[in-house]
Amino acid sequence: MDQGKIIVSSERFQLTLLRLAHQILENHLKPEDLCIIGIQERGVPLAARLKDNLIEMLGGQPFKYGALDITFYRDDFRRRDVPIKAATTEIDFLVENKNVLLVDDVLYTGRTVHAAMAALQDFGRPQKIEMLCMVDRRFNRHFPIKADYLGMSVDALDEAYVKVNWKDIDGEDEVRLFSGKIIK
Amino acid sequence: MSSSQLSTKHLLGIKYITKEDIELIFKTAVEFKDVINRPIKKVPSLRDVTVANVFFENSTRTRISFELAERRLSADVVNFAASSSSVSKGETLLDTVNNILAMKVDMVVMRHPAPGAHHFLAKHIDANIINAGDGTHEHPTQALLDAFSIQETLGSVEGKNIVIVGDILHSRVALSNIFCLNKLGANVKVCGPSTLIPRHIESLGVTVEHDVRKALEWCDVANVLRIQLERQDIKYIPSLREYAQYFGINKQLLNDINKDIVIMHPGPINRGVEITSDVADSKQSIILDQVENGVAIRMAVLYLLAGKKG
Repeated sequence: MDQGKIIVSSERFQLTLLRLAHQILENHLKPEDLCIIGIQERGVPLAARLKDNLIEMLGGQPFKYGALDITFYRDDFRRRDVPIKAATTEIDFLVENKNVLLVDDVLYTGRTVHAAMAALQDFGRPQKIEMLCMVDRRFNRHFPIKADYLGMSVDALDEAYVKVNWKDIDGEDEVRLFSGKIIK
Repeated sequence: MSSSQLSTKHLLGIKYITKEDIELIFKTAVEFKDVINRPIKKVPSLRDVTVANVFFENSTRTRISFELAERRLSADVVNFAASSSSVSKGETLLDTVNNILAMKVDMVVMRHPAPGAHHFLAKHIDANIINAGDGTHEHPTQALLDAFSIQETLGSVEGKNIVIVGDILHSRVALSNIFCLNKLGANVKVCGPSTLIPRHIESLGVTVEHDVRKALEWCDVANVLRIQLERQDIKYIPSLREYAQYFGINKQLLNDINKDIVIMHPGPINRGVEITSDVADSKQSIILDQVENGVAIRMAVLYLLAGKKG
């Protein structure tokens, strides 16, 4: 089986996570208005790690944290061969007048973020929505969407596949590049 | 690995779907229950889908529940009640439905007095069909929401003892419940007067009890059904009063057996006949949870079948 190529190793991965956490703090001097929302499934572990880093750095200052499932908001429902299974949304607050930071592992076509912004409207009117991703595949966009915070940019062919692995799920914190879609 | 789609494009009855289908519907319903408890109770999933609710028999709860489910998925909805329609002018079922489909309808939710009407339609039309009750045959979404409510209350359905009390002979809820609970691994007993229990019902994998006290002592959950006088062409019981005396569930009976039984009822309730008010309104009763879960279950069924069309 194709193991892919490691493009971000574990050491660099930790530094990137720390940098992203610092960048968030730099732009959010009032953390009480900040909501970090991970997009299901693979954005949630990234959001959780950032949350851990931020809790440590903020020393107890509260900020909001949640997970958003966008299955019911996707624009490709009834257009895919196999429907996507729904996951759980865990947002127990309204985002009214808050600064929302959407978190996903890979920003690719932008359709997920587009759906997430539609889904977010059902939780109120945010003051501002920002986007954070670990990997930005900047030449593959279908929508005029860009990340405000990004771990790294990967310029790869359309058929290539980028996977962000997590220590507690996949065994290692790293980013791998595959030449084609992984068949599970 | 569990599948993310149903094995069928219609929901004609519980008999025709698999255990995996039921589990997928439940998992999806959990997420929809979350949606309908938000301040904004709506998702855009079915915004390009049109659903026709075709009711050849009266219904309040089921029709409202389906309509709310459809609207909360952002589907376009048309309602059709047979009493005020061309059916009373002599049109056939197939003609009626084909005329509705010619107006570009994607899904049909139908209630019909004839068992098997949905199977007939499924052979002849292309739209997804959901059975909202066919005579005395099946009422699949009711069985799904009943089992879902049991799972929510007791953690699981598997291994639980469930008794269905009442008019088993005329009840589509009973038949669908038996199929559904059996597929999920519950032990099912039916209880009622012998005139209202079909012969050979044991062949469906259930046991029969005629003493309601014994049945209650045995069970974890009692699903109490209404006596369907409107379907009874002859007298099956001497009087409702006598039925209430022998098979009605009251507080005294529940206190005597000294065990916390979950009480369910698919509605409409005849208070004082099959169940007394103090039982129907007690903490043990999950009757209104069933109604709430009904919307979530129907959203899940509509959503999964719509996705199936591809």
